[in-house]
Amino acid sequence: MSELSELYQEVILDHNRRPHNFRVIDGATAKQEGFNPLCGDRLTLYISLDGDVIKDVAFQGSGCAISKASASLMTDALKGKTVPEARALFEEFHNMITSNPDTPPADLGKLSVLAGVREFPTRVKCASLAWHTMKAAVAHEADGPVSTE
Amino acid sequence: MTTAAPGSRLSSVAFDIAKVRADFPILSERVHGKPLVYLDSANTSQKPASVIKATDDYYRHANANIHRATHLLSERATGLYEGARKKATAFLNAADSNTIVLTKGTTDGINLVANSYGRSKLNAGDEIVLSWLEHHSNIVPWQLIAEQTGAAIKVVPINDAGELDLDAYARLLTANTKIVAICHVSNALGTINPVKSMIAQAHAVGAVVLVDGAQAAPHLVIDVQDLDCDFYVLSSHKMFGPTGTGVLYGRKALLEAMPPYQGGGDMIASVTFEKTQYNQIPYKFEAGTPNIAGVAGFGADIDYLMSIDRQAALAHEDDVLEYATRAVSAVDGVRIIGEAKHKTGVLSFLIEGIHPHDAGTILDQQGIAVRTGQHCAQPVMDKFCIPATIRASLAIYNTREDIDVLVKGLWKVKELFA
Repeated sequence: MSELSELYQEVILDHNRRPHNFRVIDGATAKQEGFNPLCGDRLTLYISLDGDVIKDVAFQGSGCAISKASASLMTDALKGKTVPEARALFEEFHNMITSNPDTPPADLGKLSVLAGVREFPTRVKCASLAWHTMKAAVAHEADGPVSTE
Repeated sequence: MTTAAPGSRLSSVAFDIAKVRADFPILSERVHGKPLVYLDSANTSQKPASVIKATDDYYRHANANIHRATHLLSERATGLYEGARKKATAFLNAADSNTIVLTKGTTDGINLVANSYGRSKLNAGDEIVLSWLEHHSNIVPWQLIAEQTGAAIKVVPINDAGELDLDAYARLLTANTKIVAICHVSNALGTINPVKSMIAQAHAVGAVVLVDGAQAAPHLVIDVQDLDCDFYVLSSHKMFGPTGTGVLYGRKALLEAMPPYQGGGDMIASVTFEKTQYNQIPYKFEAGTPNIAGVAGFGADIDYLMSIDRQAALAHEDDVLEYATRAVSAVDGVRIIGEAKHKTGVLSFLIEGIHPHDAGTILDQQGIAVRTGQHCAQPVMDKFCIPATIRASLAIYNTREDIDVLVKGLWKVKELFA
């Protein structure tokens, strides 16, 4: 069960119970829905931009502990970042949660608590839903909800 | 659960569960270092050794294409393939084996009927009646055909127990109803629908009825003549056979009048560029080289099912489901989704404050395989205003001991999330 306690660390359970930035931003620059049809996870992401800088970011929705904690941690991490920095962080985060579990995970600060997802390939989509949604929101590339499928 | 429940304890003694479990090699597998407790049979069932051997034997001793070559192997392959059709005829108590179309599975069978029968019969203003309990595979093919023909889709609602609202069904049936497509057993909730009386009602307004039997076939004895259905579809892999094959039973006169679904080899009598003559039923609907190995395994699968006392098997399953319902309900914060009076094989539930997906991962680490999610039945989830459920689904090989392990696992889930 060691992988399990690696996955469900206290920090993750805390973010699940009391997610940060769990609110609506009225008049957000970008609003994007994300949906994982496999498990029914759904979230709406709000981003306020000041030029290229993410001034505020928040989310609402329902999902598993991994997807909720990931969204919560992501919103914390993105505040103050520029859009290109956010995109780069998406790549780093995605690489971390899909990297070989036998190698040391990349150090992404507070986001590193989600590295345990590497041991659970079926949960990668949960951890990346908020991130895919963010990527779509800043690219204005999706008209409809973005999906992990 | 079903009507057999009161006698289940007596019957389960007659049912040799130890022997049945020994027939399924995978049940002795260990996952994450724990003995496998397989509670995901509504997703796909496990296979007895005889089925595994039959597919293996086919490749070792009979691999050839069917219905064409003159050599011995082709004769063997054709014998296995047509033998399975005969077995399926008996399994469904169909009157004639040419009413048995071998398909890729339930989804394929529904698409065949929707495209062939639906497209040729439906016009603008016609109505297709579905139910709120349907799997996506008995919704989307009809939506596609409705879009193309201008037909409308009407949906039979369900009550809070997960049973069809039969008064609403009666009201939905009108002279405009041309097709009723309904599941025999709900995959998400396990509800057994009263299909026989629903078929009679539909016939009274001149509609034909397709029954999706994917979830019924592994549990119930099916008699298409007694049901008087027009189409009955099922999948081999849900009833202990290989994936990629299944059956469409169709009423003879309907199949004969229906245009082919797919064109290709084997479905024709003669081909010229001026005119192609189609083959007779059922071959008219079997274009291309099929999943012969799968069908060989499916034949062995039906032999297996016919060799056990299915009433005793059902009584055993009912006993385990009843036990599971009681035991899982007793876990703090559990809410059972789907409490129909007549149910089989499925226990869907939620644990307060814990997302099903998290529970699924934690159960898996303890060797317990359940399904978590929407079960390809998003309307059911929407009806109960829930994003997903944990679904423990049962088959003939499950035991009360499996449920004890599940319950222990659920407490572990709660402990981790406490």
